[in-house]
Amino acid sequence: MSGFDLKVWFIIAVLGVGTYLIRWSFLGAIGNRAIPEWAERSLRYTAVAVLPAIVAPLVVWPAATDGRPDPVRLTAAAVTLGVGLVTRNTLLAIVAGLMALFGMLYLMA
Amino acid sequence: MTPEAEPVLSPEQKRALARTPAQCLRHGVIQSLPFLLVLVPFGLLFGVLSAESGLDLAQVMGFSVLVLAGASQFTAVQLLTDHAPTVIVIVSALAVNLRMAMYSASLVPWLGDAGPRQRALTAYLLIDQTYALSIQQFERNPRLRLDQRLAYFLGTAICACVPWVIASAVGFRLGRAIPESWALDFALPITFLAMVAPMLRSAAHIAAAGVSIVASLVFTVLPSGLGILLAAPLAMATGAWVEKRTERLKAGGLK
Repeated sequence: MSGFDLKVWFIIAVLGVGTYLIRWSFLGAIGNRAIPEWAERSLRYTAVAVLPAIVAPLVVWPAATDGRPDPVRLTAAAVTLGVGLVTRNTLLAIVAGLMALFGMLYLMA
Repeated sequence: MTPEAEPVLSPEQKRALARTPAQCLRHGVIQSLPFLLVLVPFGLLFGVLSAESGLDLAQVMGFSVLVLAGASQFTAVQLLTDHAPTVIVIVSALAVNLRMAMYSASLVPWLGDAGPRQRALTAYLLIDQTYALSIQQFERNPRLRLDQRLAYFLGTAICACVPWVIASAVGFRLGRAIPESWALDFALPITFLAMVAPMLRSAAHIAAAGVSIVASLVFTVLPSGLGILLAAPLAMATGAWVEKRTERLKAGGLK
């Protein structure tokens, strides 16, 4: 087994156990005790706090163009975000974003 | 008979109460079907991207069966592609799943009386879709019995989780056949943007996302992945702070 394989399996195992414990927490162990207010407030924002932080550098400095801002990818990102904001529909936003990506790639080729 | 003692049930509520557990399970399966339109393409995409980043089929299955949480699986695979250190991959992907602690807490009043084994199984199958459907069904029909609730939840889970696993395996096979000129490096950013955009419902959510973007761009000077670990707590704190401020302004009667 290569070093990369070991790393991947280790990550899968820890994520599997960790994610399970998060889901099991209140149902399994904590029961009816209330979550502290500050914790509940912060938990509401985990997804909007983590996902944009992962995406932003990938949009502005894509590895595929050696980190140079790229009109194709910036346009696709803007279209995805716009369609997602207007329709509130994830799947439609993905389809629109991919169409913008391939359309721009075709135009710029 | 006073209305308080015997609340009037709508025909739909009466029908829900009359279902056997087997019928509740089938009902859960059927109501879960529309979600397949999202889950199947997502699962395919996860398989495709995993193949591109050098995972093998067993590892793809490992993610989809053992972790069983779309956004965090995408996060882990993206950070693996970026050669981020193991600790950062794990912490970031777990952070994406923290919201599930809320789901777990909000199901306690409805499923807390189930046996330990049933609660353990419920925890494993607790994903966005099963939670959203079940909590709606339970709140709409508060008089459902525990066995009916559990059967409904299991129905939604069967229809969501099994296709997710199959779709990621099929996606893995497809991924090996897709040429690099398709620019699939950008499929993941598009997916994440498409997931985030509908979440931007309030000023607090927008502020949190804004801080997350700015901070992650500023912190790219730091070693790979570390920026996320700093940007995410800042963004969470911003969201919580803006929410509290908004509430206080409302409570103060300011217009």
